Amino acid sequence: MSHTDAHAINEDRGYLTERGFRSWACTLDHKRIGVLYLFTTLFFFLAGGVIALLMRLELLTPGPTLMSDHTYNVLFTLHGAIMIFLFIIPGIPSGMGNFFIPLLIGARDVAFPRLNLLSYWIFIGGIVVILASLVSPMDTGWTFYTPYSARTGAAVATLSLGIFLVGMSSILTGLNFIVTTHRLRAPGLTWHRLPLFIWAMYATSIIQVIATPVVGITFLLLAAERIFGIGFFDPAKGGDPLLFQHFFWFYSHPVVYVMILPAMGVITEIIPVFSRKPIFGYRAIAYSSLAIAFIGFLVWGHHMFVSGMSHVAGVIFSFLTFFVAVPTGVKVFNWIATLYRGSITFESPMLYALTFIFLFVIGGLTGPFLGALATDVHLHDTYFVVAHFHYTMMGGTVMGLFAGLHYWFPKMTGRMLNETVAKLAWAITFVGFNTTFFVMFILGYHGMPRRYAEYLPKYHADNVFATVGSWILAVGVVIMFANFVWGMFWGEKASANPWRGLTLEWQTPSPPPTENFDEIPTVTDWPYGYGKKAV
Amino acid sequence: MGGVTGDSREERAYALETAKLGIWCFLATEVLLFGGLFTAYTVFRLRYPDLFHAEHLKLNRLLGGTNTVILITSSLTMALAVAAARQGRKKRLQIFLLCTILLAASFLGVKYLEWSDDFARHLYPGTNLFFSLYFTMAGLHALHVIAGMGVLTTLLVMARRGKLGRSRHTPVEIGGLYWHFVDLVWIYLFPLLYLVG
Amino acid sequence: MSSFPLFSGEAARTTGEVDAVFLFIVAIGLFFFFLTQGFLIYFAVRYRRRKGEPEAETPQITGSGMLEFIWVVIPSLLILAIFVVGWWGFRDLERPLPGAMEINVTARQWLWEFTYPDGRKVINELRIPVGRPVKLTMTSTDVIHGFYVPDYRLKQDVLPGRYTYLWLQPEKTGTFVIFCSQYCGTGHSAMLANLVVVTPEEFARWEKGPAEAAGGESLAHRGEELVEKSGCLACHSLDGSRKVGPTLKGLFGHQVELSDGSSVVADENYLKESIIDPGAKIVKGFPPVMPTFKGTLSDDDITAVIAYLKTLK
Repeated sequence: MSHTDAHAINEDRGYLTERGFRSWACTLDHKRIGVLYLFTTLFFFLAGGVIALLMRLELLTPGPTLMSDHTYNVLFTLHGAIMIFLFIIPGIPSGMGNFFIPLLIGARDVAFPRLNLLSYWIFIGGIVVILASLVSPMDTGWTFYTPYSARTGAAVATLSLGIFLVGMSSILTGLNFIVTTHRLRAPGLTWHRLPLFIWAMYATSIIQVIATPVVGITFLLLAAERIFGIGFFDPAKGGDPLLFQHFFWFYSHPVVYVMILPAMGVITEIIPVFSRKPIFGYRAIAYSSLAIAFIGFLVWGHHMFVSGMSHVAGVIFSFLTFFVAVPTGVKVFNWIATLYRGSITFESPMLYALTFIFLFVIGGLTGPFLGALATDVHLHDTYFVVAHFHYTMMGGTVMGLFAGLHYWFPKMTGRMLNETVAKLAWAITFVGFNTTFFVMFILGYHGMPRRYAEYLPKYHADNVFATVGSWILAVGVVIMFANFVWGMFWGEKASANPWRGLTLEWQTPSPPPTENFDEIPTVTDWPYGYGKKAV
Repeated sequence: MGGVTGDSREERAYALETAKLGIWCFLATEVLLFGGLFTAYTVFRLRYPDLFHAEHLKLNRLLGGTNTVILITSSLTMALAVAAARQGRKKRLQIFLLCTILLAASFLGVKYLEWSDDFARHLYPGTNLFFSLYFTMAGLHALHVIAGMGVLTTLLVMARRGKLGRSRHTPVEIGGLYWHFVDLVWIYLFPLLYLVG
Repeated sequence: MSSFPLFSGEAARTTGEVDAVFLFIVAIGLFFFFLTQGFLIYFAVRYRRRKGEPEAETPQITGSGMLEFIWVVIPSLLILAIFVVGWWGFRDLERPLPGAMEINVTARQWLWEFTYPDGRKVINELRIPVGRPVKLTMTSTDVIHGFYVPDYRLKQDVLPGRYTYLWLQPEKTGTFVIFCSQYCGTGHSAMLANLVVVTPEEFARWEKGPAEAAGGESLAHRGEELVEKSGCLACHSLDGSRKVGPTLKGLFGHQVELSDGSSVVADENYLKESIIDPGAKIVKGFPPVMPTFKGTLSDDDITAVIAYLKTLK
């Protein structure tokens, strides 16, 4: 399709053409619902980021700087809860997943469009309830450990119910994606011709459907403990606080793969396009997503080595934990092998994709310190853990999200970003991220516990370093988001396929029409046939 | 919208299969939702066997048993409603849906009597771990029964408006699967709570 | 910032052990780090397309069974090695030390209380002699806390309603910080204590000196009084003879056979459970008739009773 054709369609019947509140609030179009999710989750990313900046500011000096200890405790709880439940879990799966799953499999929509809209509004309902809990803000940490969460004066029950609703939305979205992937693939699109983003999302959806109800019941029981005085988690009533931790991590460990797998999927789409090479080891990458999802269910206990759980259980969980490393390693090796003898260009999506690999490898390699029993005893609940999960979650998932946003921005909005500004934002973000978080590994090794509003003077220099880093990081993110806003309204018009990708979303105009394709495409090959000559 | 709303016979069959896959996924999450409670039950029963035995004697087995019979019967009427929908027998469909709703309502009525009696005897969710489990498990199940009654009522309204028939019985199939699930949960709950060995 | 801890001398036996495991993982981690990042950067630079250059002909490489096999197997083996080393180290951290001095730790929002065998109670300071192993028996009166000595590389959560343990083997005198590592509310970051390791002579002097914040009475002695006062001796003998219930003599630390055929070691948690919920584990051959002492004996009382039972060798 020529540039002008795409342009004409874009004006006429792109999915964004219709205007007005109702056309968005009641839309059944998966693309619009995806956009709604993206706006909502990115808003909370910025909110959580502002909270993080305040926390870093408080940590600028060892003693009280800006706020009381209680306020700091509230802030880290909000930062964690917002980033996890309102940004990172729904961000890529519900936002990008909604927009791109039907496009990548050549479908007109998801299997249950009305259920999809319902999921979004349940999500919003959950957010409203969560915001209502701010009248008496939570100070329990996002992990809600009992008995503290059963006793504190904060509105734990309200927040629990809000998270229950958000979880319900997550379940319904996952269910929709599973059925969509099974039933709505374009003719000829066999499982082994699926783009790897779809494989990653499929594995993610399975985790969402299976793990989320467990945290749902956990939060209901926590709410019931506060409202009706039941005592499953209260030792004074014969209950067991460790039971809460088991329930909580049975969900919250698999859910880290809900966070990371979609980002891995995005990266897997981007790398072949910008290296002009077929993906290396398609099947290994596809199956490793399922393997990670499966093993992810068996390792929750590694969050509890020093909790008082039996030592035998600790040894078993430690053993199983290491097996997650193998499929994860396979992915990293295969991405790198894809680069070999490519013809690589470094547009902003590729820069973020390579950054993902770089930072995620650091995050991944610091995992074994926490999976190994002897070292975890020391490092558990210290800044080492904070550094580790920010490298995997922010260095991994968020970089993957940024990569995806830059990669698919032309498709979603029909306009291009300013590439120079995008690269500038990337460079500043990269420097800021590492300045903020790398030093936390050192702090953790030296024993600084996490969730400390005040700390010993010997940790001062490192904390100043991290706080300055957070300012650099903030500048990078602000420039990036300014570029998004600018691009949305004033960016150059995008062609249907600016990156010359082979997946199906590039075979339809930018932005796509309401039902995605004029004619459902028939697929005859896998989507990674970039190489020019066979070897 | 979506690729599954066509009108030809193949497309209808395809839509039914798609919807069934959806409801099975949903039931899987429901199993895990109750799974959390069953896990808690197992943990505490192993830890406090005497407490469970002593406390379960305070429950009213007669009412619990009655409710079991009511729910099993309702599963039967639901199955008959699904069969009627498949055959396109609209009158029968409405009758059996109504029967199922009435049985569900009587289940909740019996539950009301039973719980009023429990409260009168000062047995509350916070009394001890057994009653915590009893009230949360049965309570969560009762919420599912109420949700199920909502589904059944919607189906009945659709049937009365002629929106269900031989060519459009998917909603009844889906509602039926959900209702059988709600029954099945009770089949497990009854012996676990009322018949502790 | 302190200097790299490896060169700061070892505060405790466990310090060096954990650091050795840490360095082992660092070595493997650095190997993978340079391997992956090296190739990543090398490929990115080597195969970049310069501005204005036409797209190079790229080969259609779609995988290599051999390579993928290698990078499944080799990492698996290395990762298994990390597991084993981590496990061995852990076993050492958790191994009970013979002849340990027993100190009870009670955590509450937001302070640490240390109770010595002679009943002396000290807030936020744990004073121990160098070279002698110490067993900490820890419990909390409210929420979960975490006992963490970074210089010893040791940490253990402290739970309400049950006991957890930690073994210390101090090898250097000095003052070390004790953190609360498990978030416990507003005062969490202020819940610090000092671990003061002194020479045995100094410790002996301190022990004999006037009890600073003393409860005066020894813990075991208070436990003895409670056992007499609470009527335990009506059913339990102290001399090994059989009454309505099993004897208390030599009970602590020994295997007990239960009515359901299993057996348990009579440790702190078992004894506490048997006092609070006597029906939970019935000793074989005895009737389940003991009443609960929940509400009669406080957590502190039970700790004292257990300290007394330990003396009935």
